[in-house]
Amino acid sequence: MNDFAFKIGTVNGTGSASANALIMQAIFRMGIPVSGKNVFPSNIQGLPTWYEIRVNGKGYTARAAHFDLVVALNPATYARDVAEIRPAGFLLYDSSWPLDAALAREDVSLLGIPFGRLCGEAFEGDRERQLMRNIAYAGALVAFLAIDMGVVEGMIREQFGRKPALLDSNFKALRLGYDFAKASFPCPLPFHLERMDATADYIIIDGNTAAALGCLFAGATVGAWYPITPATSLMEAFKGLCERYRVDKATGRKRFCILQAEDELAAAGMVVGAGWTGARAFTPTAGPGISLMQEFIGLAYYTEIPAVFFDVQRVGPSTGMPTRTQQGDLFSLAYASHGDTKHIVLFPANPEECFAFAVRAFDLAERFQTPVFVASDLDIGMNDWMCRRLHWDDSYRPDRGKVLGAEELERITRFSRYMGENGDAIAARTLPGVDARGSYFTRGSGHDVHAGYTEDAAAYSEVLARLARKLNQAAEAVPEPVIDRRGAGSSTGIITIGGCDAAVREAVDHLRSDGMDIDYMRIRGFPFGPDVVRFLGEHDRLFVVEQNRDAQLRSMLAIETGKPRDEMTPVLDYGGVPLSAEPIVEAVKGGLRTADSGLRIGQTQSALPGGHPRNPQSLTR
Amino acid sequence: MTSISKPPVRHPGLPRNALGLTTRDYEGGMSTLCAGCGHDSITAAIIQAVWELDLPPHRAAKLSGIGCSSKTTAYFMRQSHGFNAVHGRMPAVASGVHAANRELVCIGVSGDGDSLSIGLGQLCHAIRRNVDLLYVLENNGVYGLTKGQFSASADVGSKSKRGEPNVQPPIDPVLLAITLGATFVARGFSGDKKQLVPILKAGLTHRGFALVDVISPCVTFNDHEASTKSYRFTRGHRHELAPVDFIPVTHEIAAAAEPGAPLPVTMHDGSVVRFRAVGEDYDPTNRDAAYAHIRRLQSQGDVVTGLLFIDERAADMHSVNGTVDEPLTGVPYEQLCPGSAALEALQEEYR
Repeated sequence: MNDFAFKIGTVNGTGSASANALIMQAIFRMGIPVSGKNVFPSNIQGLPTWYEIRVNGKGYTARAAHFDLVVALNPATYARDVAEIRPAGFLLYDSSWPLDAALAREDVSLLGIPFGRLCGEAFEGDRERQLMRNIAYAGALVAFLAIDMGVVEGMIREQFGRKPALLDSNFKALRLGYDFAKASFPCPLPFHLERMDATADYIIIDGNTAAALGCLFAGATVGAWYPITPATSLMEAFKGLCERYRVDKATGRKRFCILQAEDELAAAGMVVGAGWTGARAFTPTAGPGISLMQEFIGLAYYTEIPAVFFDVQRVGPSTGMPTRTQQGDLFSLAYASHGDTKHIVLFPANPEECFAFAVRAFDLAERFQTPVFVASDLDIGMNDWMCRRLHWDDSYRPDRGKVLGAEELERITRFSRYMGENGDAIAARTLPGVDARGSYFTRGSGHDVHAGYTEDAAAYSEVLARLARKLNQAAEAVPEPVIDRRGAGSSTGIITIGGCDAAVREAVDHLRSDGMDIDYMRIRGFPFGPDVVRFLGEHDRLFVVEQNRDAQLRSMLAIETGKPRDEMTPVLDYGGVPLSAEPIVEAVKGGLRTADSGLRIGQTQSALPGGHPRNPQSLTR
Repeated sequence: MTSISKPPVRHPGLPRNALGLTTRDYEGGMSTLCAGCGHDSITAAIIQAVWELDLPPHRAAKLSGIGCSSKTTAYFMRQSHGFNAVHGRMPAVASGVHAANRELVCIGVSGDGDSLSIGLGQLCHAIRRNVDLLYVLENNGVYGLTKGQFSASADVGSKSKRGEPNVQPPIDPVLLAITLGATFVARGFSGDKKQLVPILKAGLTHRGFALVDVISPCVTFNDHEASTKSYRFTRGHRHELAPVDFIPVTHEIAAAAEPGAPLPVTMHDGSVVRFRAVGEDYDPTNRDAAYAHIRRLQSQGDVVTGLLFIDERAADMHSVNGTVDEPLTGVPYEQLCPGSAALEALQEEYR
């Protein structure tokens, strides 16, 4: 009861997304914890797409590893869809046509419903037949899973209440699937839903919308962007929110300016220009955009200009797989651009943190006068998450950092842009348009503490050394890690980051219930703060779970803290789909039994020739 | 080498503008360019223009990319904020600056390498965006800081200092800008301050993107016999189209309409640009006619200078966006954050 997963395989562009969302939301409204993962192609119409829904009364939301039921409606993927059903599971398919040989599996129960034929008879026109076929399979799922029909009908009424024709068609289609299922099969299936009251304090939201809300509440006024999957919906959400909350009612004029740039490089330049001028400005992008933005990131770091970047990570390198998720940009964010640089990076794990960290990012960017990255990913950003209700403290005021106005300038004899007062790592800045006494010349070329051009070793080094101190100081200001110790604390720990959180927490619960003492830490900010360093010191056997090939987080921990790599076993998954708990459990158990310290999920281990340096690859042998 | 500041010498006899400032008050650091560089003359023209416009220094933002030209923003208006950004990307920075604070007078300085090669895309899109920016393109046909390579504005057949001819066709910023829908397009010559100053003043007053391409000979790498960007060549082939006067808003204007008579164009703030003696075959307010006329003169080998095209009716970036009149940097936070009650209400839609 309330613990199963099912998967719907369809063709993209056929309207199945709204039916899938309807099902997920209905389960949520029944008070039952639920999560949905959309696994979709980089395409508009005609390619395979899947929607996975996991129901879990205990509240686990990581991607399911096995499926109790598969709804296979795309002949092109029948074979692989059927293969993913657990033994003794169920297959729901369209029986309008004879069963495909690929679907034969003896240990699976077949549920054939002629959705195509039913909708062909009941509706007119290809498009309506296609759309209603989705609602018909939703109707069948209502019967098979004991979804509350009243809830579903209520949602359809909310959506189409003002369009009677559409309302009628949707109700009719829903009933077609529902009635056929009821009449032909024992309903509900052995696993099904039962009302709970566990979702009252939750909402369903994707991370990009939550991040956009954070930008709105933080007071961001300038957004610059270039459309890119999976970050596009962040700016689109921001635009929608601004049009709702930021338009002067009397004049119809906007208290925001969104610039769609010619490329990500220009978008970064606009953010830097706006940040220099004193606006809270941001850009949402993905890995390819971060690659293009490098020169402005370096400029903002060296000239000390606040700028906020959202990197909704997708699979790289290069174009990679634009609609799949990964955590492959950790290096390219932490040390972005040429020369000696280091940046503040925040790692949200869910939409709730996307909201909170967006606000935090603007505060940190202005306080430390430097670029700040929010490293989200496609899974967090684009999937609908069950997320605790967002809260806002009305006493919040933006941290604008050290900015001198006319009054402060009056009191000082000489304004030196890059000189920290009394040795402070942060120097005060001024904004254009305020006072001529605060004028200075910003340059990405070598500069001294007075912002003057310099080629002098000592004058250059003085500024660069302060920047290093500034970033060290930021380590204490980034969000502290989430740490869950087992009683007095174990010597074994598991470390993770960002969207791996749900799967790793679930894995930790499994491991503990199997009797293993294991401590948990999720890192939420870079540079790593003192709590991270302490945790590393307290554990001599660590597993580092992340979604990239090269164990980037582990390398960063080793580089930044001196923790020996051999004490940190990488657990890596980088195929592009959200992480599940089971493989982590296996990896940790397996890793503890073996002497070597390398493991990966979902790939055959590479057998490199001998004599290689000790890199993550060679550690796996 | 470090930056050199000029000694604050005061000449009591220097005239003062409405703000009580002399031209010296609009100067910057000492130029480190080669003696005789055209860019320094442009710097002097900019100083003259902003002084005559009574521009309060703190209201200006000086923006540039990388190159000899881009260094010049350090040589004027020391009392203004300046931003020497990255190569070819000044237009993006300017767009951000102007988005954040529309009251700033943005003065951009770029060069032909900065604008027509590495930054061509940024220039084109800033024109399309019609961001309110004076964009001075100091055009000498070569890369000076890297010692004399051809730039994208070098004419076919123009020879380098070492005698190699350029074979690739040039990109003409003026024709490009007119094609892209620029709302203010001019070309000047660093050797003619008298012509340049009123153009710069009109460009600073224009609401939208004002491109002022200035032929600015590089005395070190491109001022030799076989160059088409030399002082000598430019002086010999220059064709000045309809000289303009810039008449600030406070003066009265006498209208005239007959061909050959002065043509006044009223700017958004009431100032007037008056074209003296516009020929019958040329209309600086007609995009197609202006383009055709410039092309015709160019095909005769003329270097056409003057305020070549102006459109005072087009909407600039903020008008298109519908932004509030006050600078976004000045909007109180309370008007930006919807608050907790709105968040609570909104979340009912997420259930």
